[in-house]
Amino acid sequence: MSSALLSIWRRDVLLAFRRRSDVSTTLFFFVIVVSLFPLGGNPEPAMLRNLAPTVLWVAALLAGMLSLTWLFAADYNDGTLEQMVIAPQSLTLLVLGKVFAHWLIYGLPVVLLAPVLGMQYALTNESLWILTVSLLLGTPALSLVGAIVAGLTLGTRGNGLLLSLLALPLYIPVLIFGAGAVVASQVGISAEPYLSLLGAFSLLALVLAPWATAAALRIAVE
Amino acid sequence: MLNVQALACVRGDRLLFKNVNFALKAGELLYARGENGSGKSSLLRILSGLLQPEQGLVTWLDEDILQEADAYRASLLYIGHLNALKDDLSAIENLRVAASLVGHRHDEATLLAALQAVGLAPFADVQIRKLSQGQKRRISLARMWLSKAKLWLLDEPFAALDNASIAVVANRIGEHLATGGMVVLTTHQDVDIQAASFHEVRLSA
Repeated sequence: MSSALLSIWRRDVLLAFRRRSDVSTTLFFFVIVVSLFPLGGNPEPAMLRNLAPTVLWVAALLAGMLSLTWLFAADYNDGTLEQMVIAPQSLTLLVLGKVFAHWLIYGLPVVLLAPVLGMQYALTNESLWILTVSLLLGTPALSLVGAIVAGLTLGTRGNGLLLSLLALPLYIPVLIFGAGAVVASQVGISAEPYLSLLGAFSLLALVLAPWATAAALRIAVE
Repeated sequence: MLNVQALACVRGDRLLFKNVNFALKAGELLYARGENGSGKSSLLRILSGLLQPEQGLVTWLDEDILQEADAYRASLLYIGHLNALKDDLSAIENLRVAASLVGHRHDEATLLAALQAVGLAPFADVQIRKLSQGQKRRISLARMWLSKAKLWLLDEPFAALDNASIAVVANRIGEHLATGGMVVLTTHQDVDIQAASFHEVRLSA
């Protein structure tokens, strides 16, 4: 049962490795969007510090979304998705394997890049630390919730744009708690409640999203 | 073992077929025949459980395949129009992933033997994107040599194949039938398959 989860996870990581350029494009997008703001705006450290939580988090949302278009589309187009749906394995677990691979490929690098990019915004060490933790807790939710939308928009025309329109509103809670945690650390109050809520949201998504995604995929292959 | 009663299929607004009935026992072959667009692929998709029929019932060992899905899926090999291969993986990696989806783990030698059977062992480590249509199809069909499934649903397995490969695949289907397997097949070619008994279902609205 879990061996299928592992093998689909391993396959997706291997595929990403073979298509390194696709992966690095998304990460460069994240780096560039974040770097544009200090260049284009007021370079006052106080100003940048105010901008930082929103910019870094919004850029993370956008980068995550860019990569979602292909989460299931490739499998759908080449027929692998059909085989996954009729496999004697739980489709929910297979989805979980794919989403975990997606987070590892796109989510984790964003988490690791964020503190480095955050330095451009004159963030204090504490804020950088909270930023990293908030992304670590929040990005799995982005992959999980995004997977539902990717499944639902599969096979529709112009699904890239539709996917963004549907996924971004669903990301709002993650954005509020994620950016909120960093803001809290800046104004000197505890970031813990924000991080707890963010973690709770990710856990809830972990339980519900793979199951909902599997249902969406079953409809998509009909 | 496989029983189909009063099956009807609607795609969009169009009725593709209705009142399709047949029963398939161990060692039997079924040809699904009909013109282009008559619903042969849809019939196979219904039998695979991918598509829900408009009407009718498909049972496997007297259980509805939509109710007892797990037991049914474990005894099923479906090869559709799409090859279900990853362009960026090699032939042998593709077969390994396909086998793991149905819960099998094969060693290198078994996978190579399957590729050998379709004459593609020398291409085992070549990325699929560098191969021709016919070669890709043969790699997809190599799953027939790895499968332990009882029921095979093959949608146009001979399309894009050369004559030598057609004979090899037909032979494998004959072998599967001889060992008590069942095959449902759509094809436009006249292919000689060794079957003790075969049925035909002609689809029309």
